[in-house]
Amino acid sequence: MKSDNIIKLLPYGAEFLFVDKLTMISTEMVEGYYTFKKDEYFYQSHFKENPVTPGVILIECMAQIGLVCLGIYLLNSEEVSVKTSVAFSSSQVDFLIPVFPGEKVNVVSEKVYFRFNKLKCKVKMFNEKGELVANGELSGMVKKYE
Amino acid sequence: MTSEEIYIKIEPIIKNYLPEDVSKMEISRESDLTKELNINSAHLIDIVLDVEDVFDIEIKNEDLEKLRNLNDVINLIKQKTE
Repeated sequence: MKSDNIIKLLPYGAEFLFVDKLTMISTEMVEGYYTFKKDEYFYQSHFKENPVTPGVILIECMAQIGLVCLGIYLLNSEEVSVKTSVAFSSSQVDFLIPVFPGEKVNVVSEKVYFRFNKLKCKVKMFNEKGELVANGELSGMVKKYE
Repeated sequence: MTSEEIYIKIEPIIKNYLPEDVSKMEISRESDLTKELNINSAHLIDIVLDVEDVFDIEIKNEDLEKLRNLNDVINLIKQKTE
């Protein structure tokens, strides 16, 4: 399954889609990137007059690339299903460096396991300098939509 | 292994994933894991994976569907370790 097709299958609207492109995907790992636009809606309020990407949004970006894209790939490796339902189940993430408006981040996710529709991954986020921005473990349920 | 021996080994696993608002006293062999102990589907899978490690068995998708309470878990472990 091609990376562009996976992005098309993501269930997010434009304002909450934090994946630009996947650069690598296999049954074991995925890599992708996203550039935070300077006019993302949350910068107006986080923080007032001091825009910084919220940690929850960084986690969301890590989960969309690291869990959801990989989950769709894993589910579709046997047969192609159009609809996938996803549910985030847990996250443990450390944030090391802030991400400012206009920055591009790379997400690298390695599968820990995918069993009984639960996908657990070790996920890292890097900035354009290659510095580790955030690091942690994320889990979610990925199922075919019936 | 007897049911009692198995129960002693799985009780700590269950405790580990019990939500904070559910008392450990509520754990019994008959209590429904999701409906009564309020364990979510993601943690149910963690329990199954821990059970696999502790008892060195492999649990399949169709086995998981049959697990409602600890008696079901105990019976499955017995069947797989025979």
